Amino acid sequence: MTGNIPLEYFLILSTIMFFTGIFGFLTRRNLITMLMSIELILNSVNINFVAFNHFLYPNNLQGHFFTLIIIAVAAAEAAVAIAIIINIYRNFKSIEVDKVNQMKY
Amino acid sequence: MDSNILFFLLAGTILLFSVLTVTTRRILRAAVYLLFVLVSTAGLYFMLNYNFLAAVQLTVYAGGIVVLMIFSILLTSHISEKAKLAGMKQSLLSALTVVAGAILTIILLMNHQFTASSEPAVSPDVQNIGRHLVSYGENGYALPFEVISILLLAAMIGSIIVARKESLAANVKPTDENPEK
Repeated sequence: MTGNIPLEYFLILSTIMFFTGIFGFLTRRNLITMLMSIELILNSVNINFVAFNHFLYPNNLQGHFFTLIIIAVAAAEAAVAIAIIINIYRNFKSIEVDKVNQMKY
Repeated sequence: MDSNILFFLLAGTILLFSVLTVTTRRILRAAVYLLFVLVSTAGLYFMLNYNFLAAVQLTVYAGGIVVLMIFSILLTSHISEKAKLAGMKQSLLSALTVVAGAILTIILLMNHQFTASSEPAVSPDVQNIGRHLVSYGENGYALPFEVISILLLAAMIGSIIVARKESLAANVKPTDENPEK
């Protein structure tokens, strides 16, 4: 069902998405939006793995399983990060990284 | 021919909404734009016939992570609050870095010659996936599967301990300090 779309289109798409995530990570000051940028980066890597598996190595499912495992790691990472963010909010009443500048009260 | 149109539609949605995710000033809107990006990615997986992967993407990312993020946004900030943007100099330098990196990567991958494997393809249906996921021979993924299950357990316990209130620990402490007394 992929028609005649070359592999390069998928790679260009994921490259632009990856660097958009990097841009967000560099410019955002809010912890949750930084986490969203990380999710964008992980998602672009997933597209890369899936495209490589589908176009170059259809004889086994390595990229597919890599993607499954990355999704699981991303879920675990988001859960732990949000727990930490809520704890930071409880202590500092803010989740802007500029205001969180102490390790301990 | 129509699958080409579908690809460009999905790619355009992904690019547009990922740029909006990192540039919008309202945090809740950023989460909703991220949801659009993730759903369009699931559409790409459907297009490549990875149905199980697309289902996992929809349930875990769109159903789990984004909802978790929206919850935490509502817990930690007001809906009408607008996020502060970075300074002009910092945004400019970041944009420069990012554009240079993207151009470099795209030039490199356009000049690289990819060679596809000619062996017969394996169909990514649920039966094959399940068989590979719990076998330990060649092309078996039993070890990563078990490692992931332990990671998820550790993340669950860890996030409960990190996010709970301090008073719970304080209540337990004084009673068993000195059992002899």
